[in-house]
This record gives sequence, C-alpha cells and structure tokens, in this order.
Amino acid sequence: MFDLKDLYMQVIVDHNKSPRNFHAMPDATNKAEGFNPLCGDKLTLYIKLDDKKMIQDVSFEGSGCAISTASASLMTEQLKGKTMAEAELIFSRFHDMVTSDPTAPANTEGLDKLAALGGVREFPSRIKCATLCWHTLNAALAGDKSATTE
Amino acid sequence: MMFDVNKIRAEFPILHQQVYDHPLAYLDNAATTQKPQCVIDALRRYYEQENANIHRGVHYLSEKATAKYETAREKVRAFINAGSEREIIFVRGATEAINLVASSWGRVNVKAGDEILITELEHHSNIVPWQLLCEQTGSKLVVAPINEQGEVIPGEFERLLSPRTRLAAISHLSNALGTINPVKKMIELAHQAGAKVLLDGAQAAAHLNVDMQALDVDFYAISAHKMYGPTGIGALYAKEEILESMPPYQGGGDMISMVTFEKTHYNVLPYRFEAGTPNIAGVIGFGQAIDWLASVNVESIAAHEHALLDYATQQATAFPGLRLIGTAADRASILSFTLESVHPHDLGTILDREGVAIRAGHHCAMPVMEHFGVPATARASFAAYNTVEEVDALFAALKKAQDMFA
Repeated sequence: MFDLKDLYMQVIVDHNKSPRNFHAMPDATNKAEGFNPLCGDKLTLYIKLDDKKMIQDVSFEGSGCAISTASASLMTEQLKGKTMAEAELIFSRFHDMVTSDPTAPANTEGLDKLAALGGVREFPSRIKCATLCWHTLNAALAGDKSATTE
Repeated sequence: MMFDVNKIRAEFPILHQQVYDHPLAYLDNAATTQKPQCVIDALRRYYEQENANIHRGVHYLSEKATAKYETAREKVRAFINAGSEREIIFVRGATEAINLVASSWGRVNVKAGDEILITELEHHSNIVPWQLLCEQTGSKLVVAPINEQGEVIPGEFERLLSPRTRLAAISHLSNALGTINPVKKMIELAHQAGAKVLLDGAQAAAHLNVDMQALDVDFYAISAHKMYGPTGIGALYAKEEILESMPPYQGGGDMISMVTFEKTHYNVLPYRFEAGTPNIAGVIGFGQAIDWLASVNVESIAAHEHALLDYATQQATAFPGLRLIGTAADRASILSFTLESVHPHDLGTILDREGVAIRAGHHCAMPVMEHFGVPATARASFAAYNTVEEVDALFAALKKAQDMFA
C-alpha cells in the first residue's frame, strides 16, 4: 500500500511552509496566471528572460495546497539559469514521472529535487496540483496570460 | 420507535468495509448519501422481475411497472405533503428541477427589467439557471447578502424584494455552510411583494421536515440521491395552478395526448412535464428510499444528526487552529471548516488514508468561499448512520494532519 509519507515528503512539507521565490516581480518579462477550477488553487508565475531566452529569474505568488505550493517552489529553484528549451525538457520529464504507472519504479532522471514529487503518481486526484505551476510556466513562456488544469 | 444507530448501520452494506486498513467513516453525506439494502433490492427487483415501459403497455409487466412508478409519485407527494400527485414531476435531480422552472416558467413570466432574487449562499445550480434566464430575457439577478455567521441578512432580503421581483430562489439548507434559512418567513415576504418562491431543497429533504402546504411554497426541488435513494432521479414540486399555466419543458413521448403534423395536444399534469421514457428504476428506488426515511422518521434522524453536529462543533471549537466556516444559529448536519497550516485539499487526502471520507473544495458555492475569503473548505456532513466514534476518528485524523505539517 502507498504511504502518505510518499506524498508528503519532508522536502514538500518544508517548501510548503517556506516557499522559495515567493514574491511578485515588477520587472518580469513574462507572466501568467494558473488556476485549478477543481480546488480553487491559484498562482501567478513571473519570469525574467534575458536576450538569449535564458530564465534569469523566476518567482510566484498565490494560494494552494501543499503539493501545488511545494511544486511551484521547487520548480522555481530548478529553473533559474535554464534556457527555454531546457525548461521544456524538464517539464516533459516531470510530467512523465507524475503520470507514470505507480507500480513501476519512477524515472527521476534529470529531475534532481523535483523527484520528491514522484509520490503524486500514487494519488491520481492530486496530479493536477503538482502540474498546475508547470502548465502556468508553459503559458507564460508561450506569451499566454492564463492556464488552467482543465 | 427508539433510534438505534447500530440497527440503521446494519442496513447499509457499503459502510461495513475497511478503507486503507481503517474502518470507513463516511462523512460526505452532503455530496451523496449511501443507500440502504431495501433501496438496492428495489432496483434489483425491478430489473429482475418488473422491467417494462410504463403508461402505454397493455401487458402484465407494463401494468406492474406503471403501478409501481405511480405509487412512488404518491410516496413523494405524501413525504413532502403536497396537495396533489399532479404537482410532483419526476426529473433527474434538483438541478434539472430548477432548470425546468427557469426555462418553462421563466420563459413566459420573466421579462426585461424584471428581477430574480437569490441569496449569497446558493449552490451553483441555484445561480447559473437564473443567470442564463437573465441573459435571455434582459432581467436582472439580485443577490441577498449573508453575514459573518453565514445567515442571509433578514433586513436585506426584505429590502431587495421589489415590485420587479418575479421570483425568489432560495436554498432551504445550505450545502456549504449548513445554514437553515428561515424560509417560511422569506416566502411570506416574497408573496407580499408579489413574487413566486422556489426553494432548493436538495440538501434539506433528508434532514428537515418538509411540508409544501405549510410552507405555501410555489416550487420545491429535491434529489433522491441525497435522501438515501438512487442517483439520477429527483422531483420538482410546483403548485398545480402554476404548472397548468406553464408551457412544456421538453417535447416527446408521454407528454402528449394527440399528435398530428398540424397540432399537438399536450397531456395532463404531471405527464406533460415528463417527456420520454423516464428513469423508471430510479423512481421506484426513490419511492423505496422515502419509505425507508419515513419508517425511520425524519425528525428522529434530525435529532441524531443534531447531536452529532453539536458534539463535532464542540470538538472543533476546542481544536487549535481550526476555523469554523458557517456558524449560523440555525444549522443542520454540516460542519465546514479550515485548518491553519493545512490546506483543505491536503486534509482531504490525509483523512482519506485514515478511512475518513470528507469533501474538500468550494462545494459548488464559489461565492460563499469568496465571502469568507477562503479558496476552499473541508466539510464533514452527517447522516442517519454516522456515530460519535466517527466524529472522534475525524478529529484524530485532523490532529494527525496537523502534526504532519508542523
């Protein structure tokens, strides 16, 4: 049986309690709002791209459950200094991890600390909590103003 | 008859199971109640021994199915003390009942400049149909505000009634807060202002005594699945003289008396509003659920739930970091709350692993969440079969969640 501790790992609890890069960014080059209509989670993602399309800085604000808050916090940590192409690759690996078959070992290659969210795949109703910030990132990078999990 | 919760529990097969190695504590009754064995048996018996189409068959099974279907209508009538069976329309649930009124009655009675008065604590199903009607007719949706306890502010409801108000659409018992609205008084006020009244009784019917003639209400919407009956079936009560004046809601079989390409004559009440082959099994199961409710007695159930709610409210008040959302003086069966440091959605997941089923979210009442400044709440809701031990399991699990996030 899956244990709750697989979902609420210490790193998740910590990032929920003290989210990193949790502030507005007045000089952001890209910005998008993310919304999960199912549970009401909301976040605003700010990105500062340099002229080589590298993510110089990234931050977020909003309210959500522990999974969505920790996921956004961990994502911002992971993305600083990455190019748009690298960010997209991480998202695709992350997405594969959280939607993979929970009975097989998770593939956490290249995901670093984001691997802590691997337990989400054992809780199907919570996958959208973990991916909301990433859908919002996609929207922000594509120049869209909003993303939803629906 | 003495209220014996163990005897009642024995009638609900689903309750006797382990969830993640814990005994199931089902506290999501405001979403849907579980079904007693007699309702499950009635559905099974219908398909095994009675299935046939109703109203037009001349054979044995059709006559039997028709008789059972119409007997269920009489049971609904008696349960809500309507004056006549012609006032009971079977629909998919309270949502369809409200939509029926909005589209049929609304289409001919609501004009540009008119107003529909609702309250701030409505479920989306008693908001959106009226918004649609307002968009179509150029009428205006007016919202009576609630106070910090989650009660409709009485003076405000009265003040917002005007000669332009065609209809007041009010929740009898709030699904998000547990507030019981003073509907008798509100109906009197609305009638004095010349408005009709629709009550959304989806949440109320299994917890409160519901009496159409005593309330003098014009429309009342109920859902069987929140009353220990099957999903996908419910009823609209409407006063006969109002139904007589309303155009059909949907066209099709059974709602006609004669069809030619030149002219169709509609059937009499209540059949005029029941186009197509209905959910026959659902109606029969609904009738059985009403028999069950009546045999246990709604007042006894309400007293039992009230004791549980009082006990849970005491525990909640003493629980550090817990904020009750909805503290109306008159409340039933629902405990809605937030916990400092643990988001409702996380609570839902953690409690689930302790075998405790609650609802986390906006409860289809986003304006209520907005009023209290929360994105969501956790909601425990009680039914006839819940126990003090289950309330204890709820608070033990809350403590565990709080410790996990400490």
